[in-house]
Amino acid sequence: MTNLSWLIPVLPLLGFLLIALFAKSLPKTLVGLIASGTVLGSFIIAVSIFLQNDGTAHTVKLFDWISSGKLHIPFAFLIDPLSLVMLLVVTGVGFLIHVYSVGYMSHDERFAQFMSYLNLFVFFMLLLVMGNNYIVMFTGWEGVGLCSYLLIGFWFKNTDYNNAAKKAFIMNRIGDLGFILGVLLIWVTFGSVNYSEVFSGAEGFTKGDKVITAITFLLFIGAMGKSAQIPLYTWLPDAMAGPTPVSALIHAATMVTAGVYMIARSNILYTLSPDTLNFVLFIGLGTAIFAATIGLFQNDIKKVLAYSTVSQLGFMFIALGTGAYTAGVFHLMTHAFFKALLFLGAGSVIHAMSGEQDIKNMGGLRKHLPITYIVFLLATVAISGIPPFSGFFSKDEILAHLYAHSPVLWGFALLASMLTAFYMFRLFFLTFWGGFRGTKHQLEHLHESPLVMTAPLMVLAVLSVLGGFLNVPEIFGGNLALKNFLSPVFEASELRSFDPHIGHQTEIMLMAIAVGMAGISIFLAYSRYVANNEVPSGDEKEMSWLEKLVFNKYYVDEAYDAAIVKPLNWISRKSEIFIEKQLIDGTVEGSANFTLHLGGLLRQLQTGHIGFYLIAMVLAVVAIFGYTVLF
Amino acid sequence: MITALLILIPFLGGLAALAIGGKTARIIAIAASIITLGLAKYAVWTFDSQAGKQFATNLPWIKSLGVNFHVGMDGISILLVVLTAFLVPIILISVKENTYSNPALFYGLTLIMESALIGVFTAYDAFLFYVFWELALIPIYFICMLFGGEGRFRITLKFFVYTLAGSLLMLIGIIYLRQINPEGSFEISSFYKITLSGSQQSWLFWLFLIAFAIKMPIFPFHTWQPDTYTNAPAQGTMLLGGIMSKMGVYGLIRFIIPLFPSALHEWGNVVIVLSIIGIVYGSLMAWVQTDIKRLIAYSSFAHIGLIAAGVLANNQQGMDGAMVQMIAHGINAVGLFLIVDYIERTSGTRLISALGGIRTIAPVVATLFLLILLGSVGLPLTNGFVGEYLLLTGIFQFKAGAALFAGLTMILGAVYMLNVYQKTMLGNSGTASAIFADVKGSDLYLLALVAGLVIISGIFPTFITNISGPAVEMLLK
Repeated sequence: MTNLSWLIPVLPLLGFLLIALFAKSLPKTLVGLIASGTVLGSFIIAVSIFLQNDGTAHTVKLFDWISSGKLHIPFAFLIDPLSLVMLLVVTGVGFLIHVYSVGYMSHDERFAQFMSYLNLFVFFMLLLVMGNNYIVMFTGWEGVGLCSYLLIGFWFKNTDYNNAAKKAFIMNRIGDLGFILGVLLIWVTFGSVNYSEVFSGAEGFTKGDKVITAITFLLFIGAMGKSAQIPLYTWLPDAMAGPTPVSALIHAATMVTAGVYMIARSNILYTLSPDTLNFVLFIGLGTAIFAATIGLFQNDIKKVLAYSTVSQLGFMFIALGTGAYTAGVFHLMTHAFFKALLFLGAGSVIHAMSGEQDIKNMGGLRKHLPITYIVFLLATVAISGIPPFSGFFSKDEILAHLYAHSPVLWGFALLASMLTAFYMFRLFFLTFWGGFRGTKHQLEHLHESPLVMTAPLMVLAVLSVLGGFLNVPEIFGGNLALKNFLSPVFEASELRSFDPHIGHQTEIMLMAIAVGMAGISIFLAYSRYVANNEVPSGDEKEMSWLEKLVFNKYYVDEAYDAAIVKPLNWISRKSEIFIEKQLIDGTVEGSANFTLHLGGLLRQLQTGHIGFYLIAMVLAVVAIFGYTVLF
Repeated sequence: MITALLILIPFLGGLAALAIGGKTARIIAIAASIITLGLAKYAVWTFDSQAGKQFATNLPWIKSLGVNFHVGMDGISILLVVLTAFLVPIILISVKENTYSNPALFYGLTLIMESALIGVFTAYDAFLFYVFWELALIPIYFICMLFGGEGRFRITLKFFVYTLAGSLLMLIGIIYLRQINPEGSFEISSFYKITLSGSQQSWLFWLFLIAFAIKMPIFPFHTWQPDTYTNAPAQGTMLLGGIMSKMGVYGLIRFIIPLFPSALHEWGNVVIVLSIIGIVYGSLMAWVQTDIKRLIAYSSFAHIGLIAAGVLANNQQGMDGAMVQMIAHGINAVGLFLIVDYIERTSGTRLISALGGIRTIAPVVATLFLLILLGSVGLPLTNGFVGEYLLLTGIFQFKAGAALFAGLTMILGAVYMLNVYQKTMLGNSGTASAIFADVKGSDLYLLALVAGLVIISGIFPTFITNISGPAVEMLLK
């Protein structure tokens, strides 16, 4: 079965090509079938390989891609526990979102194009997680960036959407430069970019080695871009300009977790570099808190979820930063379930509200959208960390590791976790509870989404509720199934890093505190938005300076614009006038004019008097004669 | 023998097109260029990449000076010949009925230029190299001078004098090397055996380098380039950007690298720094252009800077990268200028501010533009990525910090390219693009061919490196 693994990315690619080339002649239903069917096919193959896998790694080589001197890069795939987990998430969640999209985008005149882009995205995402070397990973890495660009700007007549798309691509490219420099350093250091050779080569290095630190740091710059961490996160909230299924698939469940996958994949290198891990930890923690505070004040349903995603990605990096690779991947997985569900649920709401995204104008939707209401509630509970929902287990594992690492940092992460529960329930109550605050027209059109949309929601709801049982900790009598499954990949790192063992009592206490805090947050949100019927006004005049600061997302976008974009543009425009035209071209033309001038001077010697020429000739002959005699 | 034919066929074709003229000129020209392409393909087919120089012809020419008509192809030559032979038919076919006041003249000049370009890439005699080098300048001079835009006299004259001045420096260098050559010939391979002192190497290095730097061009010798590229007729720009810019790089590989190793060691970093400045500077200039053709011209300049830096890094990956990227750049530059030409023909303007919303009206041309653009910004699985990655690998081995700055091309390229794509193709319809129509006929086929190659050569670049690799290896020994 492993031999067929090349079909996993090729199927969605075929889907893309078929739809892209024959978009006009294919009926919509067939387009939907091809797009979803190819991803389902990939999922089925992935499942069957998963069932046969015994923890060993298989390499499937397709062809020699790049070759120059000692540099050889095969186009090859690696099938091992880590890539299998990612494959299942990408194709599984990806398939559900394809099905959902068939309903969600059915009225769009460019439906076929949309589905083809989704297929292309899945292809690149699969390359990213299946590559057996850093360059194939980078291919997927950049390819998903392209698809993200195409899908954020899908409605390309809108300039704001286009700007958001461009911003996403460019910010990712900033990170990608770091990534590629890291890969260059890997090749120079290990003489290969294949994981197997790099990781076995790394055994010869001691902990804290400068080169490994540089490599891991550079790679992490790429992760900051792709996974929207401080300081390269500002593209993700803007990316909500894309159709909602895109936000669910690309900007929540899969692409943005690429950075997490990359670090988990490179765990052997990262474990060798405690400095980089600490850096990862601080960036993750900073992002988790920072984005959560912004989430408190957003009123656009998708923007809240976007900042929540940034914050949750921060949690994954916290896990990685403490060396808890399994916990990072575990949270990646549960987050994929509940965040995809939240986004698709939000899509269902937006669909019902005739395109409205502002929660100030919603309210009371539980009566009209019963299925969406229930699944959204389940996902909200899951992300808030209430047992036994999936988010509880994955977040608890991260918090436990962080506590072992540093109780102070644990306190900060707990704060971020509390904020999460608050803003998520704020969103939930404002959307589904209270009275309806929209227009009459919207009220008349309120309807539950069709089955093609709600069915994927229900599947994701089941996963959001039960997903946590994949890795139940020992104190609950669990068997840590995911940890054991992934252990061949992380084993070597775990041997090298210290085991953060905290006692069972402490662990129970930490859980109780976390759950208690989440409960308090939910209560606060309830009393404010349900009991007191408060609705955010969105009016800046009523805010304190601090509220204003957070409401405006700390003015980070404005700061980037004023500190980088505008000055650079100004410099470029001035350089064109002063350096390009006056200095460089002026010198070129000046030297031409100088020659002309010199010619003019010499011309004055051409007087036409024979006598002058004769004298000049005699003098010259004397001079030459004198020169040869004297020297 | 094949090499000599590759030079002769386009030359004769060019003369025939000039002599016969009229509508037949187009048929003759395209036929001659396609025969040349076929022959070049045959040469690649039978080429043995491990065997060094092949298909040679060596005839005495000016015996008293030791000049021979010595042509042949090694792995580096043959790739550039194939590029030339491939691009010229595309350029010829892209000519429209009313593009030129005297089409026969254009066809004839282009073929003569092709002949001279192939001559440059295959000459094994330095004197012959110089002759072809200058011969290539004459047709493009007339193409720009006769068919260019407003202000063409001044711009074309500057271009001509500037590049000629540079080549004269090279001529001095060539004559000097011939004078001290114990074998008394202009044979390039015999130049390699001359022992040069450090100071000799230094000044010879600069004589050659300035000639090549102007031709490519490298910062700060580039100011003729944006004017000339913008002012030249569409096909002239394609000849300049697609093929002629490779002459300078080829010169670096054929002369600078093997002849002046110690000067390269001493001065190479200066030139690499200049090349990298050109990457960043050219990208920033491209960003603020208002004319789409000028923007692409600056982008071409920025890309050439990366190639030059990779060559001068003087290692296998840098050199292989330069070969891959020269081919990619040739294809992509022609593709982008085809798009620019199509936009100008259809909307009557090249002003970015007057365009916009073309994707709504003409989705096919927008898609093809996007594909070629992706090649230009170096997205993996396109031709631009492989070249860029190998070049950066080469530069990184020279100095990691240099690769950081050279790598800025990844970011800045995306900035100006996505910017121009958004402003011309996306958003609402601009004042001039309302009258737009989508591509069809020969325009469509040519663009689709270019776009297809962008992808195919990004997936199978080993076709190039298998040929260039052994040749580079030999060169670096």
